[in-house]
Amino acid sequence: MSLRIVVTVKYVPDATGDRHFADDLTVDRDDVDGLLSELDEYAVEQALQISENSDDDVEVTVLTVGPEDAKDALRKALSMGADKAIHVEDDDLHGTDAIGTSLVLAKAVEKAGYDLVVSGMASTDGTMGVVPALLAERLGVPQVTLLSEVSVEGGVVKGRRDGDSATEQLEASLPAVVSVTDQSGEARYPSFKGIMAAKKKPVESWDLSDLDIDEDEVGLENAYTVVESAAERPARTAGTIVKDEGEGGKQLAEFLAGQKFI
Amino acid sequence: MAEVLVYVDHVDGAVRKPTLELLTLARRVGEPVAVALGNGAGDTAAALAEHGAVKVLTHEAAEYADYLVVPKVDALQAAVTAVSPAAVLVPSSTEGKEIAARLALRLGSGIITDAVDLEAGDEGPVATQSVFAAAFTTKSRVSKGTPVITVKPNSAAVEAAPAAGAVEALSVTFSAAATGTKVTSRTPRESTGRPELTEAAIVVSGGRGVNGAENFAIIEALADSLGAAVGASRAAVDAGWYPHTNQVGQTGKSVSPQLYIASGISGAIQHRAGMQTSKTIVAINKDAEAPIFELVDYGVVGDLFDVVPQLTEEVKSRKG
Ligand SMILES: Cc1cc2nc3c(=O)[nH]c(=O)nc-3n(C[C@H](O)[C@H](O)[C@H](O)COP(=O)(O)OP(=O)(O)OC[C@H]3O[C@@H](n4cnc5c(N)ncnc54)[C@H](O)[C@@H]3O)c2cc1C
Ligand SMILES: Nc1ncnc2c1ncn2[C@@H]1O[C@H](COP(=O)(O)O)[C@@H](O)[C@H]1O
Repeated sequence: MSLRIVVTVKYVPDATGDRHFADDLTVDRDDVDGLLSELDEYAVEQALQISENSDDDVEVTVLTVGPEDAKDALRKALSMGADKAIHVEDDDLHGTDAIGTSLVLAKAVEKAGYDLVVSGMASTDGTMGVVPALLAERLGVPQVTLLSEVSVEGGVVKGRRDGDSATEQLEASLPAVVSVTDQSGEARYPSFKGIMAAKKKPVESWDLSDLDIDEDEVGLENAYTVVESAAERPARTAGTIVKDEGEGGKQLAEFLAGQKFI
Repeated sequence: MAEVLVYVDHVDGAVRKPTLELLTLARRVGEPVAVALGNGAGDTAAALAEHGAVKVLTHEAAEYADYLVVPKVDALQAAVTAVSPAAVLVPSSTEGKEIAARLALRLGSGIITDAVDLEAGDEGPVATQSVFAAAFTTKSRVSKGTPVITVKPNSAAVEAAPAAGAVEALSVTFSAAATGTKVTSRTPRESTGRPELTEAAIVVSGGRGVNGAENFAIIEALADSLGAAVGASRAAVDAGWYPHTNQVGQTGKSVSPQLYIASGISGAIQHRAGMQTSKTIVAINKDAEAPIFELVDYGVVGDLFDVVPQLTEEVKSRKG
């Protein structure tokens, strides 16, 4: 038996950099260094573990939809151990929102062929956490999302979802879409060998015509939402800072009482 | 006036506070029609009517508990068909966002997640969001279909606004996909007796500086003196000192209380992402250079093991 896993990974602006908006109110991806979203490293890690724990013949493909530089994210995933990569890139994709992105990912996943899609819990720039659910809806397969533990055996995926009010054990038949949280286990660092090997691994490039997607289905003009304004949050007015000389707790209580919290 | 669907988050009929906040926002955009699903759905009606629901659509079925997300999407879609609302509002829990997204896709609509405010606009509701770890505030609207918007807890005040709240049975036919993901077991979170983290008016959080699970008792004591919820940084959670359900930040809970007290937390961007919209921020940290001090209204540079117990005692004696 064989198992085809596609991991969706996003290339995002570094959260520790000075993130901001471009003039068209899309996320500025030029002025800030980008990287493989840290939360998608967990997805790559779980895919590799599923592969390592399986008796089947497993192939792990990493897929990204993003600009030219998004190749860096694919390289990183390949150096962690993924087998091959697909980069969907097209000028018409600029400004595509979650609904449109899920369309592109769904078409690409179908074209690649899959038994299991593994996504991250959320992208670190958009932080919507909706693309995996949208992908499952589009593909018409079960969504087994926000797992902090995942396993695949005999065509069934199982996992633990630590929900808002309960911990749930979930189960679905393949094919399925899974997303994993940062509680699923530390992602591995690429080894030197892994980095060298990644250079020889295949990276395919597809554009919208390869996926039979019309340019009027994606992009900023055709997005389902409009950002009307984006304003930098006013800097908080500098607060009072005191050094504890033995009365710090009492001073703080005084402040809280003044604010009517006590 | 146009109707607005509000998805009800409830536990066996007890309506959770974020849903009541949604009703406040919904009334700015139209007449709230609530949709309550699953065990105890009918019991939600009184609370919903009291806060402005003109109608409460209910449906009980085992599927809502036995399968993940999709049955709820099917029901909400049925409600949209029945009501033709001007917008659909859903509380921004992890599940709420997934339900909302799939619904939007089925409706051919756009989706906005994690709104912190909502106003009526000429071209439909305008949602305020706080993005890039709350460094920016954006205003957006859905430009296609029926706007589907998820709203964060603590985005509006709960207001009494008595309305009819007439209960009507919603008729739902489950899709083939509804039973795709089976919930084979569910362990409800044990109640700590403290307020819900995302709903609390005051949150007291501890980080790596707390230095051990047993020391979290100091944080809990302060929280209890203030009637607050307890939060933790990821460093404290990863160290195993406090449960992940209490983590505040990008990959934990996002909180927006009236008062946030951070002890032994440096204030990394991912932590700030989950607390920066708090109204008043207080920090105790022994490093005067810690980035958390850039955010504070009041900061104490000092050892939390001295400052926090002293504060707790002072709060207790002032409260008498
Ligand atoms: C993708 C991703 C997601 C993340 N998500 C989250 C998240 O959701 N939430 C989150 O919190 N973090 C998150 N992080 C981690 C984040 O980057 C920081 O590592 C984390 O917030 C640090 O926690 P901390 O402030 O407790 O620890 P530290 O940064 O180690 O800070 C400890 C602080 O305690 C102070 N201190 C020590 N002893 C004392 C004492 N006795 N008295 C007073 N002060 C003392 C120190 O001066 C220091 O400032 C995420 C990281 C990544 C990459
Ligand atoms: N442009 C993209 N390319 C590949 N994967 C993506 C992209 N956008 C989102 N994803 C996947 O969907 C997950 C959730 O993203 P989001 O819903 O945007 O928060 C991410 O962790 C990725 O696995």
